Amino acid sequence: MLDSLIQGILLGGYYAVLAAGLSLMFGVVRFINLAHGDMAVLGALSALWLVQSLGLGVPLAIVITLLGMAALGWLMQRFIFERALAGGFLVPILTTIGLGAALQNGMFAVFGSNTKSLGAHIGSLSWASWQLPGGIYVGQLPVYMFVTAVLVLGALHLTLTRTAFGRALRATSSDAEAASLCGVDPRRVQRGAAAIAVALAGLAGIFLAMRAQVTPFSGPMMLIFAFEAVVIGGIGSLRGTLIGGIILGVVQSLGALLSPQISILAGHLVFLAVLGWRLSQLAAAERGGWRLALRALTHKPDVTGRKA
Amino acid sequence: MTDALTLTNLSGRHGQLQAVKGVSLRLAAKEVLAVIGANGAGKTTLMRMISGLHPAAEGEILLHGAPVTSLPAHARLKAGIALSPEGRRLFGDMTVAENLQIAAENGRKGDWSMATVCDALPQLTALLHRPAGGLSGGQRQAVAIARALISNPSVMLLDEVSLGLSPAAVEGLYQSLETLRGHVTLILVEQDLTRAMAFCSRLICMAEGKLELDGPPATLTRQQITDAYFGIHKAKEPSHA
Repeated sequence: MLDSLIQGILLGGYYAVLAAGLSLMFGVVRFINLAHGDMAVLGALSALWLVQSLGLGVPLAIVITLLGMAALGWLMQRFIFERALAGGFLVPILTTIGLGAALQNGMFAVFGSNTKSLGAHIGSLSWASWQLPGGIYVGQLPVYMFVTAVLVLGALHLTLTRTAFGRALRATSSDAEAASLCGVDPRRVQRGAAAIAVALAGLAGIFLAMRAQVTPFSGPMMLIFAFEAVVIGGIGSLRGTLIGGIILGVVQSLGALLSPQISILAGHLVFLAVLGWRLSQLAAAERGGWRLALRALTHKPDVTGRKA
Repeated sequence: MTDALTLTNLSGRHGQLQAVKGVSLRLAAKEVLAVIGANGAGKTTLMRMISGLHPAAEGEILLHGAPVTSLPAHARLKAGIALSPEGRRLFGDMTVAENLQIAAENGRKGDWSMATVCDALPQLTALLHRPAGGLSGGQRQAVAIARALISNPSVMLLDEVSLGLSPAAVEGLYQSLETLRGHVTLILVEQDLTRAMAFCSRLICMAEGKLELDGPPATLTRQQITDAYFGIHKAKEPSHA
């Protein structure tokens, strides 16, 4: 039991990094990037290609991949998402569905359909563990991933609260038009947010490739996990995203104790329970039943509660 | 001497509706202009067009002789036009200090800083570390004005200064605005006609998107203002003589 709890907490770091990018895009750019999981897979396969085909070391491959993913995020925001957003609510959703499908099939064409992993390239880190009192073993890789996740989310939190770019980003998330009245260029900020979000997706993909296997079609399941962690933790809060990721990881680990088959299902059920609870809270607030609550959810996507 | 702000035949639309119709205006530096008019007269649209939030369908805007018509809102702030918008539009989850800091970081360099703005609007000093979302209407308006001021504008637009505020809050705000007189060119949209006439050096009245009246308040009669406010054109009335 304690062992599963610890493994779940460590798994939560991976989910938190995966979810942070999705949450950032939703909070700042105001749309759900349904290709987020596929971008994570692209990051994983790109890092693997740099290691296997160019012979780069894993750390250098990770740095290059993250820079490349950030550039990709900026370019996609500049040339695809901005235009899609101008088309109303539905167009960005359809655009990212199409983008996800194109990425999956593009990766299939380039990298093939076999499962791939970075595990073979990180030496003993993929299997080494530490023994804790009580005979509990924790893998070194999950610990390093969790620490990296906390450091990355902490750095992002400091960026948001202590820097001019962070303040501009939060202002744009709250009210893009009012931000422009303060001299902030919302489009520039949104491109920066997209760059960070896609780089985070790439990092999560690399995490997955280190601890398991990926295929070009792993993205949709990653998107579901990211979405669940965001909803459980609350949109727009990095601390909430970390907590949401940890809850999802713990629930999946505890579910696996009962039966390996219900590990993923347990996460889905907790997600649904939290979503239902949030809807009921909104319904109570609006005093108008679940339809009004759903409307309130779709009209108050950011942390400020300001209507879009 | 170049005018602080020049509007030439400025028109703006909301879809099929022409909200502002051919407004031309020249404003001297440090002038205090009040804009009055009934709901739907085009006052807020005019403010949004000057600040860059709303595109001009026709016409030109010059700031100190330089065209700014094609600049987006964030670039106009850097050029020297700041708007305190209708509804205040503060960043509710951020503190008052952070709200001001954003405009200070992205605005122009000048005499207005956190300290001098707090001197001009003393009620802010105690609020700096509070979330802007939890403030009263008068406090929110003070922060919105301070946020515009700290960007060191040469032309400052204040939309609906007293709307929804208590008489005491309005009194306090106008006392603070008095300290800005002579430092910045002010354009304020005000529903309170008495307050507007007492504060401004020049008054314009809009009706149905057009500029109906323009002059120093001391030279305007109440009848002229009433006619302009409701868009009554004396010259077009049938003669019974």
